[in-house]
Amino acid sequence: MEKNNISRKDFLKVVGATAAVSAVALSGCKSDNYNKETTYSLGDIPKDKMTYRVNHNTNDRVSILGYGMMRLPFKDNVIDQEMVNKLVDYAMEHGVNYYDTSPVYCRGNSEVSTGIALSRYPREKYYLATKLSNFAPQFWSREASIKMYHDSFEKLQTNYFDYYLLHSVGNGSKGLSGWDTFQKRYIENGMIDFVQEERKAGRIRNLGFSFHGDQRVIEWLLDNHNKYHWDFVQIEMNYIDWEHAHDVDEDNVNADYLYKRLTDLNIPAVIMEPLLGGRLSKLPDVLANTLKQHAPQNSVASWAFRFVGTYPNVLTVLSGMTYMEHLQDNLRTYCPLQPCTEAELSMLMDIANLYLKYPIIPCTSCQYCMPCPYGIDIPTNFSFYNQCVNEGTIVEDSQSKDYRKARRRFLIEYNRQLEADRQVEHCIGCNQCVSHCPQHINIPEQLNRINDIVKKLQ
Amino acid sequence: MLRKLRITLAIICFTLITLLFLDFSGALHAYFGWMAKLQFVPAILASSFVILIAIVVITVLFGRIYCSVICPLGIYQDGIAHIAEKRKKNRYSFKRRKKYSYGIGLIFFLLIAFGFTGVAIFIEPYSIFGRFASNLFSPVYRLINNVLAYFAERWNSYAFYHVDVYIKSLPMFIIAIAYFLTITVLALVNGRWYCNNICPVGTVLGCLSKFSLFKPHFDEEKCVSCGLCEKNCRCSAIDSKKHEIDYSKCVACFNCISKCNKGAMKYGYHKYMKATESPDFISDKGKTTRKTFLSTIAVLATASTLKAQEKVVDGGLATIVKKKAPKRETPLKPAGSVSLDNFSSKCTGCQLCVQSCPNDVLRASSKLDTFMQPEMSYERSYCRPSCTTCSEVCPAGAITKVTPEQKTSIQIGHAVWIGQNCVPLRDGVTCGNCAKHCPSGAITMMHYDPDDESSPKIPIINEERCIGCGACEHVCPARPFSAIFVEGNLIHREV
Repeated sequence: MEKNNISRKDFLKVVGATAAVSAVALSGCKSDNYNKETTYSLGDIPKDKMTYRVNHNTNDRVSILGYGMMRLPFKDNVIDQEMVNKLVDYAMEHGVNYYDTSPVYCRGNSEVSTGIALSRYPREKYYLATKLSNFAPQFWSREASIKMYHDSFEKLQTNYFDYYLLHSVGNGSKGLSGWDTFQKRYIENGMIDFVQEERKAGRIRNLGFSFHGDQRVIEWLLDNHNKYHWDFVQIEMNYIDWEHAHDVDEDNVNADYLYKRLTDLNIPAVIMEPLLGGRLSKLPDVLANTLKQHAPQNSVASWAFRFVGTYPNVLTVLSGMTYMEHLQDNLRTYCPLQPCTEAELSMLMDIANLYLKYPIIPCTSCQYCMPCPYGIDIPTNFSFYNQCVNEGTIVEDSQSKDYRKARRRFLIEYNRQLEADRQVEHCIGCNQCVSHCPQHINIPEQLNRINDIVKKLQ
Repeated sequence: MLRKLRITLAIICFTLITLLFLDFSGALHAYFGWMAKLQFVPAILASSFVILIAIVVITVLFGRIYCSVICPLGIYQDGIAHIAEKRKKNRYSFKRRKKYSYGIGLIFFLLIAFGFTGVAIFIEPYSIFGRFASNLFSPVYRLINNVLAYFAERWNSYAFYHVDVYIKSLPMFIIAIAYFLTITVLALVNGRWYCNNICPVGTVLGCLSKFSLFKPHFDEEKCVSCGLCEKNCRCSAIDSKKHEIDYSKCVACFNCISKCNKGAMKYGYHKYMKATESPDFISDKGKTTRKTFLSTIAVLATASTLKAQEKVVDGGLATIVKKKAPKRETPLKPAGSVSLDNFSSKCTGCQLCVQSCPNDVLRASSKLDTFMQPEMSYERSYCRPSCTTCSEVCPAGAITKVTPEQKTSIQIGHAVWIGQNCVPLRDGVTCGNCAKHCPSGAITMMHYDPDDESSPKIPIINEERCIGCGACEHVCPARPFSAIFVEGNLIHREV
């Protein structure tokens, strides 16, 4: 974790450099639209301005904003279907036509909920994407995998999928590398041929896969493009992962490489984690301020969406929108999309460089690690820690002036966000979570790091 | 004037002592912890001679000021009686002191002298009040705090934070309610009846106050024998017909002086006071029925149900089985208790430490021989080596003062391993959380089979380094019974 340690001296450098970035950005780009006095208003979101991209395989006209059904709103521990319907209605009304789900999302309830919300519309009005999420060894048999495939039709109330993915290829499982896991999940049981047949039969209109991790798997799949004819590939892309995915974890592949590889093969790219699970909307204060200063009326998140949208081979950008405000903000960004200028792209690269200097844990709150069998709420522990890093509220120096106040704040806030049994001290380091993490975070090690901080303050 | 002064002082003392029992942040104890140490019986147990001498001197000089100004139970009864007096005025009449009160007092102090404090505390006034305050007033205080914390959280303020409100010990809670109802009803009906017929502190100070220099007394020339003083004496100490006052019962509340509209009641030096009764110690065996409760003994389950399940879908939280207290042969007492015997013979069961413990480790015992006296258990947290709150608040010397440095080398108990609960053996996962959290490095993870490098690692305990803090027991993933727990030491020792 050495690269994530940030000393005070380094930190001052970061702040200094940030100021420099913002100065450049401001002198370079700021427009003078703000001379007129006006009653400030966000204005209505236009219903007919959505940017669309065309999938050359099937001529689908896909909205650049895709709805990720992985972070649906919950109420009293079950999906808040009423709110899901409202969100889907709003999205449909504003031109969103790509909906991405999976049998494992939202404790296994996302497909049913998505089915309920979408079946209220004519089937040809939306594109439906789901996945073969046979992660657990109990699903590795051909029969179990096919059953999972068939169940998806029933849950989504449809007889064809517009987009079907081999889910998260390259990710390892307990004791197996990404390559070996891939063999178990798709090759040895013949599922990779099964889905080809299904495409031929018309029940899958576009076949693809989503990728995290072991590079050997994506290289093999793309090398065999002639045989399998991938209609699209889903990759993780954002302005951090563009050049730095490999810096964050050496098992990750940089997004600029993957994007270029797909473009060369003329395979449309579907983008996941454009916002890194919301982390790019919650930047450290200095970085967030830089972006806001550059365009005060735009959200911090909008920069992440504009960044990925700028690349033309991107078919759609998936965002797991839990709240109406997320959806509205994204619609403002994409109705229509204003691609980033060269200057803006380079500013975002600077932001990415600075961002990496913070000891932030690269968790996207995807919940793949959950539930932890020993009851720990892993994503909330990480998001609490990241929030403290972003706000600069981690107390290390017991001699500092506001130590008592800061310590009290930290501990009260920790207890507010996490009940005692879900806190880091209960992590036993069994390592069962590690293979589930698509970001390849060494979860027990990171929890341990948080534990050390908490223990020192308690 | 005197009455107003008494009321003012009493309200201040009562508020501060009550707050000691309510405050869970530890902020008040630093400033007003000494209030609890002024109490008579705790001072005896703590051998605080300065305080005892001061109380005796004050009583010999001015009467039972202690009972009317310092004793929280006395002030509580005054408050309740005051409410009753609003509904029905002039309600009291003179009654002789019951002779059995001397018997009760004698038995009480004999029990204390011979170390049977655990029995004596059933009628000890300060701890009776402590048990009300901690079991009945404190939950209310905490609930109000939680309402404030709810809003504080929404307003992003850290002024208030949520605290758990729960019954720490059910028998204790029931006892507290029973006492609360009894004392309250007695005070409503009879004023300070408890103080003059049961309370051993009242009896012993009553013996002294008979001879006090300053007392209320009749000015026979002015007195018209209207009886107002008698009818308003909560102690039933005044016989207005005979112009006599039972000074063993008078708590110097000065109500009689302010009630008398002829100015016939005076407080001052009075040489020729005649006592209504000579102090005789004929004992009518006081009936202190020992209330008995069934102690619930946790049965150690052989197999636990928590087994790591294979993950199939994403998200959600695993259900957590709540931890249960193991059966400890020797109860755990906080560092500073010196030994189980010392603790049992000094503790008044006032619950001040239970209330102050920031880690929810202390709770009242439900066992017959140590009933109401606190003991430790680690289901909710463990006894952090840096925390010495209980040793700072204990007024009775049951938990003597220790510094955090001393505490880290006091062994109050030792860890014991229960192999069949241990998850590396039971679930086949790697663990080692006990070793990771042990503050004294007493636990090492070693292979179960010394000859097999691939066998699971289990905790090996070095009892000589263990201080019994319970970190291992608390963080052990086995539920409801931990695979490692702390067994108490009869005598605490340095390691």
